[in-house]
Formats: sequence, structure tokens, C-alpha cells
Amino acid sequence: MSEVAIKVENLSKLYALGQIGTGTISRDLERWYARIRGKEDPYAKIGQTNDRTTKGSSDFVWSLRDINFEVQKGEVLGIIGRNGAGKSTLLKILSKITSPTTGKISIDGRIASLLEVGTGFHPEMTGRENIFMNGAILGMRKFEIQRKFDEIVDFAGVAAYIDTPVKRYSSGMYVRLAFAVAAFLEPEILIVDEVLAVGDAEFQKKCIGRMKDVSVNDGRTVLFVSHNMAAVKSLCTKGLVLKNGTFDFYGTQYEAVDHYQSSQIASSSFIHEGEIDSAPGNQNIRMLRFQAKPLNGEALSISSGVQFEVEFYNYKENINLDVTFELVNMDEVIVFHHGAFVCSNKDSKKTTYKVIGKLPANFLNAGNYRFNIIFGENQRFGLYSKNDVIQFELTNESFGTNSKTLPGVVRPDIPYEIINL
Amino acid sequence: MAWTEVIEPKSKLFDLKFKEAWHYRDLLTMWVKRDFTATYKQTILGPIWFFLQPLLMTIMFTIVFGKFAKLSTDGLPQVLFYLAGVTIWNYFSESFTKTANVFKDNASIFGKVYFPRIIMPLSIVTSNLVRFLIQFFLFIGFLCYYKFTGNPSVQPNLMILVTPFLLVIMAGFALGAGMIISSMTTKYRDLSFLLTFGVQLLMYATPVIYPINSLPEKYKIYVMANPIAPVVETFRYAYLGTGAFSWVSLFYSFGAMVVLLFVGVFIFNKVEKNFMDTV
Repeated sequence: MSEVAIKVENLSKLYALGQIGTGTISRDLERWYARIRGKEDPYAKIGQTNDRTTKGSSDFVWSLRDINFEVQKGEVLGIIGRNGAGKSTLLKILSKITSPTTGKISIDGRIASLLEVGTGFHPEMTGRENIFMNGAILGMRKFEIQRKFDEIVDFAGVAAYIDTPVKRYSSGMYVRLAFAVAAFLEPEILIVDEVLAVGDAEFQKKCIGRMKDVSVNDGRTVLFVSHNMAAVKSLCTKGLVLKNGTFDFYGTQYEAVDHYQSSQIASSSFIHEGEIDSAPGNQNIRMLRFQAKPLNGEALSISSGVQFEVEFYNYKENINLDVTFELVNMDEVIVFHHGAFVCSNKDSKKTTYKVIGKLPANFLNAGNYRFNIIFGENQRFGLYSKNDVIQFELTNESFGTNSKTLPGVVRPDIPYEIINL
Repeated sequence: MAWTEVIEPKSKLFDLKFKEAWHYRDLLTMWVKRDFTATYKQTILGPIWFFLQPLLMTIMFTIVFGKFAKLSTDGLPQVLFYLAGVTIWNYFSESFTKTANVFKDNASIFGKVYFPRIIMPLSIVTSNLVRFLIQFFLFIGFLCYYKFTGNPSVQPNLMILVTPFLLVIMAGFALGAGMIISSMTTKYRDLSFLLTFGVQLLMYATPVIYPINSLPEKYKIYVMANPIAPVVETFRYAYLGTGAFSWVSLFYSFGAMVVLLFVGVFIFNKVEKNFMDTV
């Protein structure tokens, strides 16, 4: 049986950037005047998506733009995307903390959202009082909380401290208690925002177990936002990928995670065109180019080696300038974090520098890699850093008769000595 | 298909969601309780402050306005006169000030979880009502003292039966005006600076420290135009036996309250949905 629990149609949300407050009255009047004439909002330029890396021309930004999706009853939908993709905005709208600019959401069932655990906790009040307070904020009636009280205390493992003010709790106890209240809510639809990032590993396991329990055994619908791909894969049944506030992908949780991971970076080379001061960077550094290419041969493969080059403009004079490269593989493992001094005698100049690094052939295993870059002063102060600047793929080459990709982070060409004894 | 809920950009004008608010009634009582436990934690005198605060204000008024400025108190004992005014006025001013800051004070909670926002202002007037009752008993204590020491000017009468009605009017004003101000402060913070000053100004425009009868005839009409004035006058008339009381002015008060409350609820309703984006 499949019934729709949540239906989202053409959902958009417009946010104002920058300072609110200066000139708001005159602006409000202008907008109001435009509205009564039936014109567009003069301050909202259409088509401006939420890409934080490039500065838009408008003071308003679409944090969400034309989102459509449906969630079936009993489904666990994972919502993934980079920071700023609109995940939190979507949750805020779903939990009625803010309203959409356009569009419509239809919901069938009682909804409860956990954007934060422990909302309304008062440090002076005891654990017991706070359980009731927090439960009531989340929409539970007193008798419901009463009924669940022992379970909550048990789950949180704070029975001995239940009549102590929570300001005497350790931070771990505090969080456990807060999550426990939320975990025993009984809504038909539960919205969860990365609360699992709290607590120790054991407690996180407990939380994931509890959430699985909620969705599998009780058949409730869960919307789950997370950066933790492992959690999404194990918890969810469907996945939705958002990108710069727009819809990017919808499918099973595995497809969604794959799609997200492989689409995280746009291209294998980054070349800035245009003025220097519009390049990514800040008042210290502007990055102009970053490329990875084969050391030998035409294509990147295990045996081609990798030559990576960065070109950047430096504004800071007379410092010890250094640059660090970080290579990350698809499992989020940092393969290396290494770099070099560009200037080491306090003699940096306002100019464009180019740094070339060479990874030998037969070193990295096949797979997808991403580069992060960090510019620093004296290996101490960060001047500018950017993650996921480029990505590249090293194609596999068969090893002996085995043409499959071998496990492991590296695949060195190790000279073996065989001695027949 | 029947949806339990539909989220859309704009809500109906007076979509008050009473049913939803009713579901959250336990939350209201818990806010009230929390208010009391939290306020006087880590103070030495604790709940005694409930008495001390109006008492200090009364003493101050007695000295400044009674002894120095020698303002008339309609022939009533000064302490009793000021205490009556302070008791009923405080209920309004405290509820109003807190309601006016409701979005600002609770931004962190409002930003994380949804519940009918109206619960918050309602819990404010309720918890202040409890505070009022405590202060009211203090006032009654003084009243009994003056009555039984045989002060002939103190004449409580049957009008004390309208006290609940007076409280309803005061609560309505505090809610209405408070919600209007709170809705506007989310965007224009300037208002919160004016608030303290405004409340004080309003007190002087209300016969709290002077009886309306002491005013020259041509100013009376202006003060009586202030819809809070009849409430204070009626309160004093009911318990002390002197004061300008008329049903007409009381109903004028009530009418003004209803209008203000409607406007307040309307604006509040409009702002609550999006205030998180501006606050």
C-alpha cells in the first residue's frame, strides 16, 4: 500500500542577503507599491540561484527553487546536499518555522520536527521538569509524556540525576536526555536534522537503532537530513539530492548517495576567466587555475602519474607563503596532506605564482579523487582554503591477469624479490 | 485526498488555529510554571520579590508624588491609593512589555520548533495574572488594615464584582498592544528602545498616580480618552469607594480593547510565519 504522506509542489523560498534594517521602510514601501500594481517584487531578481561561491547581483537569493517531491507513508527519505543546498530551509518550511515564498506542501499526518535537541531546556529546572517542558514544546500532551516517562529516562540513562537541575549535567547526559524525549515522540511524520552528530559512538548507534525502529516497526515516515552518507545509506529507503537550492536527483538511497558523491565537483580542472579579483579567494589570495594532468601519456591512469598545478595571485607581501594540497578519495580518506613553501625568506610579492606537484606513476590506486587546497602564512595562519577544487579519476589498469580494481588506498609497484630456496 | 495540513505562503487573515492551540494547552501551563521557577532562582529573597516590587513602587510614589509634589489622592490614604493604582497598572505594563518582546526573547526557541506562537503571549498574561493575584492579596491586606482601623474614606462596594472584567480588559490591551509592537520590532528594532519610555509615558497618561477628579475639566476628556484610564478608575472606585466610574467609559474601554486585540492578533498572525527570516 502506498499512500502519500507529504507532497511538495513548486516550493520556493526567497531570502534577503546582507543587512536587514537599513532602508527597510522605504524598501518595504517600494515593494508594497509594486505589489498593489501587480508587478514583480523589484528586489527579487528571478533566476538567482543560491551559489555561494559567486556573488550574485541581487540582494535576494532563492534558497529553494521549484522543489517537487512526494514521500510515501512509511518511507525514510534522506535529504542530502552540500552546505547551502537548501536542506535546512526545506526542513524549516516543513516544520512551519518559516513559510515558503511560493508553492504548497500537503501533509497527511501529525508532524514533529527535531531541528535541535533540547529546545526549551532550562538549566535551572530538573531533568524531570525539562522532560515535560521539552515534550510539551514538541507537541506532546502531559499524559503522553507521563506514559513514556520511564522509557525516556531509561533510554537516556540518567535515572540517578532525574531530580537534579540540568545545569549540573555533563554535556553528554544533557544531550542524551534531550534526544530521548524526542525519540519517544509519536508523530506519524518525523523530521530529523543531523541530531545524530551528537553524543558518543555508542549513543549514536542507539539513536540510529531507535530511528530504524520508528520507521520499520511503527511504519512511520521519516525525513532525515545528514552529511553522514553511511547513516543515510543504512537508515533511509529513498534519497533526495539538492543542489544550490534546486532539485538535483531523486532515487533510492544508494543511487542518491552515489549521485551526490560523484557530482560534488563540477570538473577536473579549474580555470578562472576574467578579472583577478572576481576569482575565488579573498583579500589575501585569488586562485586562478588548478589542474591535474597525466605526467606521461594522454589520460590519467594508474601508470600515468599525476601532475597537479595551481596558479594563484598573492596579495600579501613580505611573508612566508606556503601552500598545502590535500588529496581525498571517495571514502573521504585523506590520502595525503602535503605542501611546500612558496616563499620562505619573508619575501612574498604581489604577483602570480605557480606551484607544480608530481605524483609518481604506480602510486595511487584507481578511483575518484578530489583536491583541497590551503594557502597559509608560515604554516601557521590560514590565508585561504577551498575544498573540492577539482576532482579527477584515475582509471584502472589490470594487474597481471586481474582486471578488477584492487582494494586499498595505494597501488604501488613494489619490486619483489623471489628467492627459490 | 484529505490532508491533515497544508502549508502555503499566505494564511487566512484570522486563521487562529484554536484547535491547535488547545492541543498545546499543557505547554501553556508549563511555561507559566517555568516562569516562576526560573525567575527567582538564585535570588536571596525569592518569591518575596513579588510583594517587594509593588511595595517599593508604592513607597516611592508616596514620597515623590504624595509628600513632595503633594498630588491629590481624592482624600484617600496615600499608600492605599498608590498601591491600588500600582497593582492594576503593573498587571498591564508587565504583560505588555513582555508580550512586546516575545519574538526577540524567544527567537532561539521559535527558530527551532513549531508550536502555535500565540501560546507564548497567552502564557505571559497568564503568568502575570498569577503575579497580579499575589500582589492583589497584598493590596487586600492593606485595605483591611485601613478599613478596620476605621478610616471613613475607604468604602469597598459591590463594584468589586467587575474585577474579573477589568482584568480581561487589561489582559486584552496588553496582548493586543504587545503583539502589535512585537510584530513590528522583528523588523524595526528601534521600537524596542522606545518601549520603556512609552510605557512610562502611558502611565502618566493614565490616572495611576493622580485621581482623574483632580484634573481640570478641560483635560479630563483627554485622559478619559485613554481607554486604560477607566479601568484604573473603576478598580479604585470598587475597592476604595472614590473615583470616576461610569459604565459608558468602561464599555468604551472594552470596545477599544476588542479592536486593539483584533488588530494585534491579525498582525501577529501575519508576522509569526516569517519572522525567523528577519529577526
